[in-house]
Amino acid sequence: MAEQEYDVIIVGSGAGGGMATHRLANAGLKVALVEAGAYYDPAADEQRTQLRYPWESPRRGASTRLRPFGDYNSCIGGWELDGEPYTMKGDTDFMWWRGRMLGGRTNHWGRISLRFGPLDFKRKDSDGLGDNWPIGYVDIKPYYDKVDKLIGVFGSNEGLYNDPDGFFLPAPKPRLHELYYIDGARKSGVPVIPARKSMITKRINSDRGVCFYCGQCSRACGIHADFSSGTVLIYPALQGGQVDLYTNSMVREVTTNAEGMAIGVSYINKDDLKEYQLKGRSVVLAASACSSARILLNSRSARHENGLGNSSDHVGRYLHDSTGASRAAFLPELIDRDIYNEDGVGGMHVYTPWWLEDANLDFTRGYHLEIGGGMGMPSYGFGFAVNQYNEFLGERVGGYGNQLRDDIRKFYGSRLSIACRGESVPQFENRCELDPTVVDEWGIPVLRFDYHWTQHEINQARHMQDTMEELLEASGGILLGSKPGADRDYGLTKPGEIIHEVGTTRMGTDASTSVTNEFGQLHDAPNVFVADAGTFVSQADKNPTWTIMALAWRQSDYIIEQMKQQNL
Amino acid sequence: MDRRETLKSLFLAPLAGSVIATSAGTASAAANVAWTPLPTSYSYGRTEVEKRYDARLFAETYFREHELITIAVLCDIILPSEHPNGGALDAGLPDFVEFMVKDRDQYKLPVRGGIAWLDSYAIDKYGADFINVSESQRLNICDAIAYPDNPDPELQPGISFFTVMRNFTMTGYYTTELGLKDLGYQGNSPGVWDGVPNSVLQKHGKHYDADWLSKCVDQSRREIIAEWDEDGNLIT
Repeated sequence: MAEQEYDVIIVGSGAGGGMATHRLANAGLKVALVEAGAYYDPAADEQRTQLRYPWESPRRGASTRLRPFGDYNSCIGGWELDGEPYTMKGDTDFMWWRGRMLGGRTNHWGRISLRFGPLDFKRKDSDGLGDNWPIGYVDIKPYYDKVDKLIGVFGSNEGLYNDPDGFFLPAPKPRLHELYYIDGARKSGVPVIPARKSMITKRINSDRGVCFYCGQCSRACGIHADFSSGTVLIYPALQGGQVDLYTNSMVREVTTNAEGMAIGVSYINKDDLKEYQLKGRSVVLAASACSSARILLNSRSARHENGLGNSSDHVGRYLHDSTGASRAAFLPELIDRDIYNEDGVGGMHVYTPWWLEDANLDFTRGYHLEIGGGMGMPSYGFGFAVNQYNEFLGERVGGYGNQLRDDIRKFYGSRLSIACRGESVPQFENRCELDPTVVDEWGIPVLRFDYHWTQHEINQARHMQDTMEELLEASGGILLGSKPGADRDYGLTKPGEIIHEVGTTRMGTDASTSVTNEFGQLHDAPNVFVADAGTFVSQADKNPTWTIMALAWRQSDYIIEQMKQQNL
Repeated sequence: MDRRETLKSLFLAPLAGSVIATSAGTASAAANVAWTPLPTSYSYGRTEVEKRYDARLFAETYFREHELITIAVLCDIILPSEHPNGGALDAGLPDFVEFMVKDRDQYKLPVRGGIAWLDSYAIDKYGADFINVSESQRLNICDAIAYPDNPDPELQPGISFFTVMRNFTMTGYYTTELGLKDLGYQGNSPGVWDGVPNSVLQKHGKHYDADWLSKCVDQSRREIIAEWDEDGNLIT
């Protein structure tokens, strides 16, 4: 191949890389998109998992190492990848999920699409912890608006200050267990509103289909009625002829010249195991917060001895994930319920945004509540502990024979669950760095994690548990399991477990305490950008995807403008 | 799958070292047990790595014949075939258990050891392996180990084992076509969700309030391309 110089080399095809590809290719730039995993098309029968019955899998949808969320889940990746280890420092127990496929982790997320609010960009102003973002809600709002209209998100305008309105598609009606939750939440004085998720409940353009309510967004939609980066952003970009897609290509480092500016990337082709170079005028890293940090740290040169962009020693620092806790209940009023198709969209139709902004609590920063339950399709695990709820009815648990068929129907769809997702406080000490001795199968030094929750997150988890108990009982539920106490950090999830890692290349105006400027442009090498959640200064209790895409779009406009002005 | 369109038969063979019933009247109903076999190859959107992994599991045999027959007899007790929607054997349960313990090998020993415990218990009590005692004796044994609230310390290993087998049987049956029919499952098909049916709302004393409904999709207009005014109000 004749050596070509690209205008932009984009590393990673998830939310940030997909948006950058879509915008920059659309502007006529010549783009190389480099993805560590394989091509993926959810509609191709050899890759399709949507609308398959449980018996089409020998393990009936049970999880596997490559698909930890079940073997019909569309995301190929997981916590442990063959040949790609990571390590921990001290007693750190960090979980690192990596997607290895076109579209990255957008094949796997819950499609919960929340804007950060005005307070979320300026948390230091209210609690003195961490730092403010160099931008505010007004700077990003126009891009949230554009993302809403381009990609589609259902929800409702509620006029909530820190959960801003947008351009929403109409919401799906609540399911029965969600009506029980709505009543319970209202009884407890806790707000509940339609969920905000990126499924097409009403036609948005002529290219994408409208949701047909199979409830299987986690398997990826063959008619592209849910958002994933591959189907919604990258396919259209590939049509334009401006994009060369490199799959199964594991980027080792950003290559730089004597002046310290990027000249391209080097990558290992996972098929022939050889190393290749791509040349580009600029590089956009969107490999995920931790993977992009790893690439930067591995891009060492005479001009960048600590790794590219790391003169401040901030690459990898301030790593933080969402907090999480969950609880479930049995709803006796749903015993022997009528059975009908209530698949709906994948996951919840209603949720509770954070409502205690002004309360005096023993932790700072909030959380939201996600609601689960319903008459889902049986898969592996269905029917385990078949009649355990008999305990609450004074009947015997266990047994055998045809009575078990009655038990299955009696309790089908009678469970209500809540999962909380909260904001943690970013810490300088919580970080990923290069392990000094361990490499992956291609010889690339791997990440070592050093991460501990603070008392804020632990106290927040305790509050989550109290809230969930109150709401489940107010909804008519009998609590299942026991409430985790201090000995288990109140059921607080492990760092990394919620898969919302952010902060490793945070943005700021001071080059000594941040890695990029407000456009995700490295202070140390202006033709290198970060388009994933690494640039987040703080996480909010909102799922990061919508903000990743709004920031990537804003960054793309900036790149296009800088190229016009010949600054890049 | 059709009800036992193909029958797999396994005939009991004496096992080295095992105690086979010799007394009259214990001629085993388990001597001829059959089930609908499950497929041994699948196509459902797998990567090459996944295909190789599953092929390796299918190529491996874990259970001995005696164990597989015992699993079949137990699964048949847990969900009998004499039912309009079939039972465990019609759903190929022994093949399912064989695959799942290879896929999740934390189950291998509990099931193998559980069968051995069951045989030892049956020999102590009735003088023969579980599958070689009479049907009523088998049911007596199941009555002793099928209920987790039974406090008898001697029975706890059996109770744990029976729980595992009940879980496998229920999940293995209710993830087949027969099981979905038995349950009455209605989903996994393209449609339009337009809320809980009215009759169900009434039964549960629930309703959709007008304010909430105003935020929900009007399914008669779902195909009309969305447009908004500048304040984000949907106008189409």
